[in-house]
Amino acid sequence: MTSPAPVLRPVGNARAGAAPRWSRWRREVGATLTKAAEVLATPLVPADYLDVFAPLRKGADLRARVVAVEPETADAATLVLRPGADWAGHVPGQYIRLGVDVDGVRQWRAYSLTHGPRADGCISVTVKAVPDGVVSPYLVHRLKPGVLVHLEQAAGEFVLPEPGSPRHPARLLCITAGSGITPVIGMLRNLYPSTAAGVVRTARGATYDITVVHLAPSEPDTIFARDLRALADAGVIRLVSRYDDVHGIFDVAQLSDLVPDLAERTTLACGPGGLLDALTDHHAAAGLPLSTEQFRPTTIVPGEGGTVRFSAGGADTTVETDGARSLLDAGEDAGVLMPSGCRMGVCFGCVVPLRSGAVRDLRNGALTTAVPGETGPDGVPIQTCISAAAGACEIAIP
Amino acid sequence: MTVITKQPANPIAHLTPEDIEAIGHELDAIRQEVLDTRGERDAAYIRKVVDVQRKLELGSRAVLLGSAFAPAWILGTVGLSIAKILENMEIGHNVMHGQWDWMRDPKIHSTTWEWDNASTAEGWKHSHNEVHHTYTNIVGKDNDLGYGIMRVDEDQRWYPMHLGQPLWNFINACFFEYGIAAYDLELGRNLRTPKDKRSPEFTRRARATLKKIRKQATKDYVAHPLLSLPTGSFLPTLAANFTANLVRNLWSHSVIMCGHFPEGVETFEKAAIPERETRGEWYLRQMLGSANISGSKFMHIMTGNLSHQIEHHLFPDLPSNRYAEVAPKVKALFDKYDLNYHEAPLPQQVYSAWHKVVRLSLPNGWLATTNRKNLPSQLKMLYAMATKGPRVRRAAQARLEQQARRLTAEQNSAQAA
Repeated sequence: MTSPAPVLRPVGNARAGAAPRWSRWRREVGATLTKAAEVLATPLVPADYLDVFAPLRKGADLRARVVAVEPETADAATLVLRPGADWAGHVPGQYIRLGVDVDGVRQWRAYSLTHGPRADGCISVTVKAVPDGVVSPYLVHRLKPGVLVHLEQAAGEFVLPEPGSPRHPARLLCITAGSGITPVIGMLRNLYPSTAAGVVRTARGATYDITVVHLAPSEPDTIFARDLRALADAGVIRLVSRYDDVHGIFDVAQLSDLVPDLAERTTLACGPGGLLDALTDHHAAAGLPLSTEQFRPTTIVPGEGGTVRFSAGGADTTVETDGARSLLDAGEDAGVLMPSGCRMGVCFGCVVPLRSGAVRDLRNGALTTAVPGETGPDGVPIQTCISAAAGACEIAIP
Repeated sequence: MTVITKQPANPIAHLTPEDIEAIGHELDAIRQEVLDTRGERDAAYIRKVVDVQRKLELGSRAVLLGSAFAPAWILGTVGLSIAKILENMEIGHNVMHGQWDWMRDPKIHSTTWEWDNASTAEGWKHSHNEVHHTYTNIVGKDNDLGYGIMRVDEDQRWYPMHLGQPLWNFINACFFEYGIAAYDLELGRNLRTPKDKRSPEFTRRARATLKKIRKQATKDYVAHPLLSLPTGSFLPTLAANFTANLVRNLWSHSVIMCGHFPEGVETFEKAAIPERETRGEWYLRQMLGSANISGSKFMHIMTGNLSHQIEHHLFPDLPSNRYAEVAPKVKALFDKYDLNYHEAPLPQQVYSAWHKVVRLSLPNGWLATTNRKNLPSQLKMLYAMATKGPRVRRAAQARLEQQARRLTAEQNSAQAA
């Protein structure tokens, strides 16, 4: 299965008369039962009780249970997850946002799905432990099977051109650096399934002509090195590996030597921002098609004070503030209607979400950062009365 | 007790302003130690409590489906009472304080939690987190002191209506959740305001509270009893739910009274609080204005760790499961600065708080000057004070206070001898 969740459409006219009446009756009974359950459960909702027993059921917030953590290299591992009943499927190359509790704190990160849809219904992501990282070392070294994690539906436009689309059959160049290999390996595994007997050639796989240029600091560090080599040995892809310790640091100018038919190929690239910027310039100059994906779009470097944007509905207010002034004072002085309470960090009456940026706790200097796409979907709630801007930040006022 | 600034021997007179700031720094350091070690273990604790509470509630409600059978009624009612107490004390109160906000779990967060109580989370967070925890024990500013309906201090003038306050206090204890809802809304003050002058904010919050009360009552007194109808247990289930709410109300009222009301806990005068109170001064007021309950681990959990009221008032946003380990450090600080760390077992604190309610329901000095021999004449005087108008009352009051002073002086000299 390579398409997203099928869309249900009425089939023919024969059932058109009977089906709606039956389904309307079912809908009404369902709505009445839901209402009754809400009356019984208040002030909680029925889901709060059901979650205790069946966190992966239909209708629950999307979660997944960790089935296995399989080491890939010394500092990378593949997580096999069983998603909840509402998982809508994915296309190889797409990514998911994963919410895990690290040291008790919910953290969200995006990871590429490294398999096509699997027969066992599980999904998998491959994670490389970033030195000094918060989430990735936890996932690689500490996560145990059985743990529940939080999940969002698969997303991302970084997928193979589909059969039937104008660009198919496709001559592709995949340029991947480090863990940027993960979305590409997902696509390749789906096209060329690997079994104990070797790589299986599928009719669909035969319609693609793929060259992979993979960049890594050194060979042992490469995640999926074995998989890539197996595919190259089977002759289904052409593999060009460049290791910094052997070949020196990669320069995009070398590309036309490494890939002689570069001009005939569509490039998919996934890796760090510097590489993608260089590729964007290179391909724009040469007039070549390029599709890129980067998971760590921004790095927050905390400072002292900064520009604070308060967004309240449609009305935005922007304020310059220093590092010693509370965000509550800064906002109120600029005429923003902000929730407030004790003004000393005790009552939690001023909590609003920090959408992006960094703030510093005026009592003990502790930093809180919010990175869109990484931290929780609704930002990170902060107490404005004891927080000061630590660099540019955006705050949502409900 | 009388406000701290009017006492003959002020218990903080020996502290210099530098001492007070040093206390503030030491408490900040204790807080930081907990923040630095806060993590997975604490998150697992609150999730466990929530899990146990939900299973206990569901289990108890299931047993009550057959509550026409007496043992089922008893078992279900006990279980539901404990579940409701856990939900209000260890979970609801503490989650709404933001003690678990650091987990960034939207399901256990101060901004999303709603509790099994007549008062709304919004109203509670205002009156409790903001007003009570900021203005703790300041007479006239902190409504937790007697909820605006009682005489809580010698300095408040005595009126005959105060004779009824032990009764009001008992009724308030039985229906405590509605009492809380009423004082969250500042119902007394707002109802005295003419209708057209009441703020739209009050109207909105009053509507929200009435809606919540209706939903709460429908759940406990209609919906769940209806589920029990097939076994003929409609009325037993209704009675069980009423009993569980009553038990929860009496329990939470007792715990809360023990926190600030026992004899020896200090109260403060509005005028004596500096315009810009320093962090050290605020900490000191929390230290003197709270009292702890000593007891078993189970007792601590059932009080929502409000048995560590002193630690809770110093650090209202630290996870409740950490108060027990902080307590010895806080106590050592009290000893270092020669302050009274007020701690006693539950029955003793409840007795002490109720004794104060009764004592203050009577004119100053009346209880102290009454013995078995003079009881008839004292009662006659009290009757006169209650019925014969302000002049008689003033004269009798002056005489009572004089007698009480003489009595204290005699006792002191007897002790000295």
